[in-house]
Amino acid sequence: MMSIVPAPVARQPWAMLIPLFLLVSFGGAVLFSAAGGHMQPYAASHLVRFGVFLVVAIALSLVSRDLVKWGAYPAYIGTVLLLVLVEAMGAIGGGSQRWLNLGFMQLQPSELMKPVIVLVLARYYDTLPLGMTAEWKALVPAAALIGIPMVLVLLQPDLGTALAIGFGGAVILFLAGLPMRWFVAGGVLGAIAVPLAYFFGLKEYQQRRVTTFLDPESDPLGAGYHITQSKIAIGSGGFSGKGFNNGSQSHLNYLPEPHTDFVFATMAEEWGMLGGLFVLAMFGLILGWGIKVARASTDRFARLLAFGMVATIFFYIAINLMMVMGMAPVVGIPLPFMSHGGSSMMTNMICIGTLMMVNRWNRSGPRRSFA
Amino acid sequence: MKSGGKKTIVSATSLQNSFDRRSVVLAAFGGGIGTLLAVRMGYLAIAENEKYRTEAESNRVNLTLIPPRRGWILDRNGAPLASNRADFRVDIIPERMNDKEAELESLGELLSLSETRMRELRDKFEKSRGFAPIEVAAGLDYEQFAAVSVRLPELPGVVPQRGFTRFYPTGPAVGHLIGYVGPASAEEYELDRNPLLITPGYKIGKDGLEKQFEQQLRGVPGARRVEVTASGRVIRDLETREDIQGKAVQLTIDGPLQDYAARRIGLESGSVVVMDCDTGDLLCMASMPSFDPNSFSDGIGRLEYGMLRDDERVPLRNKVLKGLYPPGSTVKPMVSMAFLEAGLDPEDSVVCGGGLRVGNRVFGCWNRRGHGRVNMAKGIYQSCDVYFYHFAQKLGMDVIAPMAKHCGMGQEFPLPVVSQFYGTVPDPAWKMKKFNREWEAFDTVNATIGQGYMLASPLQLAVMASRLATGSKLMPRLVLDPKAPSPASMNFHGNHVEIIQQAMKDVVNGPGTAGRARLPIPDIQMAGKTGTAQVVSLSVGNGRSGPWKTRDHGLFIFFAPFDKPKFAGAVVIEHGGGSGAAYPIARDVMTFLFDPKKGLDALYAFEKQWGGTAQERLARKYAAYAAAAGQDVPPVPRREEDIFARVDAEARAASAQTELETQAIQPRPNEHGVGGGTR
Repeated sequence: MMSIVPAPVARQPWAMLIPLFLLVSFGGAVLFSAAGGHMQPYAASHLVRFGVFLVVAIALSLVSRDLVKWGAYPAYIGTVLLLVLVEAMGAIGGGSQRWLNLGFMQLQPSELMKPVIVLVLARYYDTLPLGMTAEWKALVPAAALIGIPMVLVLLQPDLGTALAIGFGGAVILFLAGLPMRWFVAGGVLGAIAVPLAYFFGLKEYQQRRVTTFLDPESDPLGAGYHITQSKIAIGSGGFSGKGFNNGSQSHLNYLPEPHTDFVFATMAEEWGMLGGLFVLAMFGLILGWGIKVARASTDRFARLLAFGMVATIFFYIAINLMMVMGMAPVVGIPLPFMSHGGSSMMTNMICIGTLMMVNRWNRSGPRRSFA
Repeated sequence: MKSGGKKTIVSATSLQNSFDRRSVVLAAFGGGIGTLLAVRMGYLAIAENEKYRTEAESNRVNLTLIPPRRGWILDRNGAPLASNRADFRVDIIPERMNDKEAELESLGELLSLSETRMRELRDKFEKSRGFAPIEVAAGLDYEQFAAVSVRLPELPGVVPQRGFTRFYPTGPAVGHLIGYVGPASAEEYELDRNPLLITPGYKIGKDGLEKQFEQQLRGVPGARRVEVTASGRVIRDLETREDIQGKAVQLTIDGPLQDYAARRIGLESGSVVVMDCDTGDLLCMASMPSFDPNSFSDGIGRLEYGMLRDDERVPLRNKVLKGLYPPGSTVKPMVSMAFLEAGLDPEDSVVCGGGLRVGNRVFGCWNRRGHGRVNMAKGIYQSCDVYFYHFAQKLGMDVIAPMAKHCGMGQEFPLPVVSQFYGTVPDPAWKMKKFNREWEAFDTVNATIGQGYMLASPLQLAVMASRLATGSKLMPRLVLDPKAPSPASMNFHGNHVEIIQQAMKDVVNGPGTAGRARLPIPDIQMAGKTGTAQVVSLSVGNGRSGPWKTRDHGLFIFFAPFDKPKFAGAVVIEHGGGSGAAYPIARDVMTFLFDPKKGLDALYAFEKQWGGTAQERLARKYAAYAAAAGQDVPPVPRREEDIFARVDAEARAASAQTELETQAIQPRPNEHGVGGGTR
């Protein structure tokens, strides 16, 4: 085998790439159907974007460890500035805005913040003297690093992304070895804070999303419509689905956003439970590969960075799938590699690229593995 | 995590261990979530598959009912009195609309609706319950229909469709008889939760026979299953089941006669009833003025309501069934029959000197100069009041009242009508019960000339005429039954029927009070009896001129041919100024029955004076009213039923016997117009 396949090709992490290609192609097929049996406007741009960001990911995987470490703080500061910029533009232009128009795409800085928060925290705990890991004063800068972007994103307001950033950060703190009792205490505080946040922190439409999630049938034509129609799409698909291009829920517009947030429901209606399990299996293979990469890496920075990237992708998948199956409120988080949308593709491919980079570091020399 | 002595010693190794442990925990957590999602997926797609499959189907497939074509209402010869006309129509379902005002505006523009019509639509919107469809327009041409259809995506809740509209060819002539149809009200839907009732374009019977025969006329709705998008756009037809037309109802009514009689009433306010003397079939039940049921089918509009309400001739009341009038002298043949049956010799006579003294009071005859010697025949054809005063005093009210009831007065008939008034036949027991007063001589005097408390409807008068004419207890029928009924005998004795026939023939063809009623047909002689009912006392008005409301009612009962009666009937003209207003109408109606050409020629001459047929005049009146009323038209009561209920209540109140009569009615001098030669 080694003799037939050229080494640069064989070196690639096919255990992750093959499931990824399958998943993106499948996503393209679902988007083809969501557009009523056409490549335009969703499927074609989905595949093109994947191609572009795959090149970006491969390029990213070639970056050296030192450069990444050096760039962590500047990247963080830059992204925070971008967040402030959109906030300011929103204030000036009137009405909230989440993106910057770069001409060729619309960039959501909050999306960029998801991998960046992982990067900067990994760097922070990398440089923090080991002995201070469990100290209070070491937590303060970390909390600030997480808190600043979360607040900025909440101001947009974008609860889903803010939670994603918080989740990414919390996973790094957890893996960095912070005392367990802090997490327990944090959990208790959270249990107290959630109701308070619900009543005082959330805007009315966000509150309604939460209450509707708890009882979608209470408002079947209003806010509960999304969840109800999504469950109908998934449930009516059955074991093997209604067949490619035969989904009535998506084709007759009953399913809201059939190409973005609810792409899984569009898929499940036509491909049934088999399609759903396939998607779950592919995600499982990709994330499993990512965990292996993280556990195989030799230094603290790479470990935290890799695992944080896995957690970020996981958060997308888990929240989106729970949402479409009626187990979480509608928060507007797309499904990685399947939903149509440039920003989420970018974020997830950055995560993949980072994982490939760590994977390359692991191969190029287990320098301190047994040190 | 914590080792024995020193607290929280953090080293690279301990952190590596911590990372390993915690990453396993997180991986397991992720795996758990994945498993949970897989289980949830299975639950939704497998366990609850059936439920969601059904819901997806009910999303995708929209079942629309096709309103059934309503059964026709036919006359006795099978000609339609009510049929259906295919047309294009537009309805709206308020609760499915997004921006009501904007959509109404654009509909108004597309269909070029008038300002009044728009205001009526807004009225209906305010009253609407949301689910009940509102008719915007019917009878549209294809261009208008298409103009709305292509804009449907911007007009949610608007339903353009091809349908059928109820059509009454003779319009106002059958308004009271047949009633009209309209969309079901919210109350009606609550009583009968049939989804058909809130299907756009479906109308139910609202009054008259349309209401009585609703279930028979309704038919079975068709259904159309279509695939629709979430916004309601139809993708394709899946399957269509045709509707089944409702069953026809065939009436005993003779359509052309009904129309003729209604038109012949002309500018007057009154009614004409004609019955078949063999079967009791009602050939004609015309009541005018009337409304045009064609214009009611989209609900009663402000203008229509205003015009009908303001008319003192009460176009909304069916006068055949719900008009009650003192029958006047038309009761005299019946009273004579009562005398005959009580044993009075028809040749027994009395001398009429213009009045009759009873005790210390004098009861006047309408002919103040007196009739001389009067026997029964002369009493009828000259309508001599004294003759009846005299023998009524002798024989008593207990002879007259049972005969009145026997002949149909004060009775209700088993007819499929929404309601009928039964009037009053007074007798001593009735007066005692009602006013707690003894019966007095003047009460009998009043009753024998059909005044005082006595009240009858035109239908009852017609039944009375038919029973006296034939000696059979004919029951009026409205629904055609090929089986001829076998009416019971009235048990009149001897030649009593012939005596009455002969006397009534002389009213028209002899030296009687209605010479001008003679039929212009050589071999057919009509028998009849005139009547004038005073509505105000002699001191208030002369009964012929003055305000319309103070003029006397004119009545006439008749049958023909007099010796072998085939048709019998009654004509009542409200405030016609005496019987002279009634019997020419009876003459022309009977002429039309025996010789339609002659009858129509007479009618055309009149209509030239009046300015068109009843339908044309109503349309013109409507236009004039609309122009005069302008914007200040009062809104319509919320429920159409209320309008008719109010009309009924007013009629009942008007005919309620609330005042105690304290004296005899003085007959108007020369009421029958003979002798004076003026009429």
